[in-house]
Amino acid sequence: MARLSLSGITKVYPSVVANDGIDLDVEPGEIHAVLGENGAGKSTLMKVIYGVVKPDAGTIRWEGREVAIASPARARKLGIGMVFQHFSLFETLTVAENIALALDAERARGDLPARIRDVSARYGLPLDPDRHVHTMSVGERQRVEIVRCLLQDPRLLIMDEPTSVLTPQAVAKLFETLRRLSGEGRSILYISHKLDEIRALCDRATVLRAGKVTGTCDPRQESSASLARMMIGGDLPHPEHREAHAGEPRLVVDGLTLPADDPFGTALNRIRLTVHAGEIVGIAGVSGNGQKELMAALSGERTVADAGVVRLMGAAAGRLDAEERRALGLAFVPEERLGRGAVPEMSLAENALLTAHRQGLVGHGFVRMDAVREYARATIAQFNVKAGGADAVARSLSGGNLQKFIVGREIRQMPKVMIAAQPTWGVDVGAAAQIRQALVDLRDAGVAVLVVSEELDELFEICDRLAVIAQGRLSDARPTRDTNAEEIGLLMSGSFSAMGSEP
Amino acid sequence: MIRLEARPEPSRTFKWASPLIAVTATVAIGFALFPAMGKNPFDAFHAFFVKPLDSLYGVGELLLKASPLMMIATGLAAGYRANVWNIGAEGQLTLGAIAGGGVALALHGVDSPLVLPLMMAAGVAGGVAWAAIPAWLRTRFNANEILTSLMLVYVATLTLSLLVHDAWRDPEGFNFPQSKLFSESAILPNMLEATRLHWGFLLALAVVAAGWVFMQMSYVGYQMRVAGLAPAAAHYAGISAPRTVWLGMLIGGGCAGLAGVGEIAGPIGQLQPSVSPGYGFAAIIVAFVGRLHPVGIVFASLLMSLLYLGGESAQLNLALPSAVTGLFQGTLLFFLLAADVFIHYRLRGAKRVTRAAVAASDPARKMSGV
Repeated sequence: MARLSLSGITKVYPSVVANDGIDLDVEPGEIHAVLGENGAGKSTLMKVIYGVVKPDAGTIRWEGREVAIASPARARKLGIGMVFQHFSLFETLTVAENIALALDAERARGDLPARIRDVSARYGLPLDPDRHVHTMSVGERQRVEIVRCLLQDPRLLIMDEPTSVLTPQAVAKLFETLRRLSGEGRSILYISHKLDEIRALCDRATVLRAGKVTGTCDPRQESSASLARMMIGGDLPHPEHREAHAGEPRLVVDGLTLPADDPFGTALNRIRLTVHAGEIVGIAGVSGNGQKELMAALSGERTVADAGVVRLMGAAAGRLDAEERRALGLAFVPEERLGRGAVPEMSLAENALLTAHRQGLVGHGFVRMDAVREYARATIAQFNVKAGGADAVARSLSGGNLQKFIVGREIRQMPKVMIAAQPTWGVDVGAAAQIRQALVDLRDAGVAVLVVSEELDELFEICDRLAVIAQGRLSDARPTRDTNAEEIGLLMSGSFSAMGSEP
Repeated sequence: MIRLEARPEPSRTFKWASPLIAVTATVAIGFALFPAMGKNPFDAFHAFFVKPLDSLYGVGELLLKASPLMMIATGLAAGYRANVWNIGAEGQLTLGAIAGGGVALALHGVDSPLVLPLMMAAGVAGGVAWAAIPAWLRTRFNANEILTSLMLVYVATLTLSLLVHDAWRDPEGFNFPQSKLFSESAILPNMLEATRLHWGFLLALAVVAAGWVFMQMSYVGYQMRVAGLAPAAAHYAGISAPRTVWLGMLIGGGCAGLAGVGEIAGPIGQLQPSVSPGYGFAAIIVAFVGRLHPVGIVFASLLMSLLYLGGESAQLNLALPSAVTGLFQGTLLFFLLAADVFIHYRLRGAKRVTRAAVAASDPARKMSGV
């Protein structure tokens, strides 16, 4: 008897059918992958199972019995636990306090710290119940979330994109834990779009595309290419990558030290980095290790007292603000699209004006609306943005399409230096490939490109040189072909001695 | 079961319907309230909303009172759209009146067409200077401009009171705390005979139009809108946050200062301890009821002006307390904020969707025959 059996699950939102007659069976002790691009309906389906969203049609059977899961509390009572992609922990509380908050009253009683220690030891998830969450790395925080779930003794554990924030070594450890859990007869639903991981970990995979199941398979018998075909309905495009012809240094960071600007931020420590014309330099690292602060210091959103520490095109730029650095030829794609890279309530045309106003879009202090619309239209056409035209509000676009628009808006300004933070985060596979190709094309056109990403595959695919940021320090950048995932992974955990960098 | 559900996109319909809903609900409250006070509701509404407008004089009064409201609300709206919360327009209006009045008194007896423009320039400068204090405190010390601008209202009104009680008191005024009556050259000419309406009304309309052009068509106005809608995006684009605060405060202060001159050079004609029946505060409601949009602000200022007149008329004709005006203003804002919820949310009954309904909502699937 299947532990969980869904049949005909359908959920309709006003503008989209998120789940369309989905059938899914999860056996006891099975690690079952749900594979799909962003927007394929994975999250909605998980929310249905966890009682967050009520399906419009279809039935859910739990251990043979038909059930209606009206709330997450009901799901937990049945024995369903979920670890979310974005953690919901209070930074100022300790591990034990955070866990106590989430447990039912009867489970929170008794010697909770002892039980936390017990569970964390049993599953190889070392955790100190008295530590404050803000002192913990992302990997450790995920452990808190997993232990919190395990204390409820779930028979089905849902993991939503759990590895997107982990180093390769941490991923290997997580897999060990998950295998141990499945060995105990617990079922695991593993949501991901990373094909290699699914092939390494899962017993079975259900593939979703546009809200429908397009196939069920044993991923260990499939190749990444065949899984990708099921997922996107076509072959995965790969950017061409020719040898770099690095020219003169365009972006030079020389000993950038910057205190954290909020209590939970990361201080930057003597960062040195050079990006030449015609090369892509990648910065790998687990998020929260100073990427945000480094990006702000490079883009000019945060200025530094010593102007010479950041040089753009040879000019001392440390004290220049974002606008002045753009005037020197800098373009920047920020990590957050809505709210930072684009104003959600404004049209694409108005959003083009946000950074492209130097392209003849403003005259005598007035906005030249025709020119603005034309710029937006050209961007939409050139970068295949799926949108209802230049007047569509940014909020109405999918993440991938908005990202293509933002990348396009920056590229069309013909920058001399391009900085992109997490350019394909949360973007579907097709759009991600397009964005990577655009960055490679930019490099071939002689632009200095800096990419910060958590996706190692992406960095290895497009970068000429790779550096790693950990705890606010940056390793030396080395040619991509002279390094490998193991080495980068070690650096990501902060062991810089291997690189010969000063401690 | 009925519940609120987030809309995929803000409703344009409700953005404009919500003020109408608020007005309707306010009227409904009136219908419940007047009988409770022992008045026939129809008589009361007649006294409140019809009687004030049954003569040309009444219409003149309506436009007269709407003028400062729309002028101030336009200035405030520029700031509000940039998330700059100037609550002290009443004080900036008072400072404008003090500065403009000071010019009028200094040039007393001077018969020149330059007196009025000078008064207006001084009034704008006074309002701007008063608004500059909270702007400086905010940009320099990160002091909350809501509090500082509000507190400066009381400083401003007491300053005016001090002046008319002492230095600027009319020596021939039988010890009344008021200045000399301004000369003819310092009074805005009448616009419509048999009313008190003066050219300040056209000035107010011009300010509204200029405000629209500035916010919708100029690049600086665009930058202010970005700063209000998405501060992180403004930061990303290199739009200076301090400049946004300065502009937002100073535009509001300038408009309020000009409105102050409109009052003393218009219906009042001298400086008195009080030069405004709370226009600076009522304009906050006008700005929001008018959706921070110029056309909306014009209509909202007319409505608020009618509430002022209605309150007076209800006092005279029905012996209702003057607090009724404030009550209606408050009720209106209350209902507006409540109705605004429906811009971003909608009510949903928890009905079940059948498979057939799903198929019908997905024409692509039907066409492909699946």
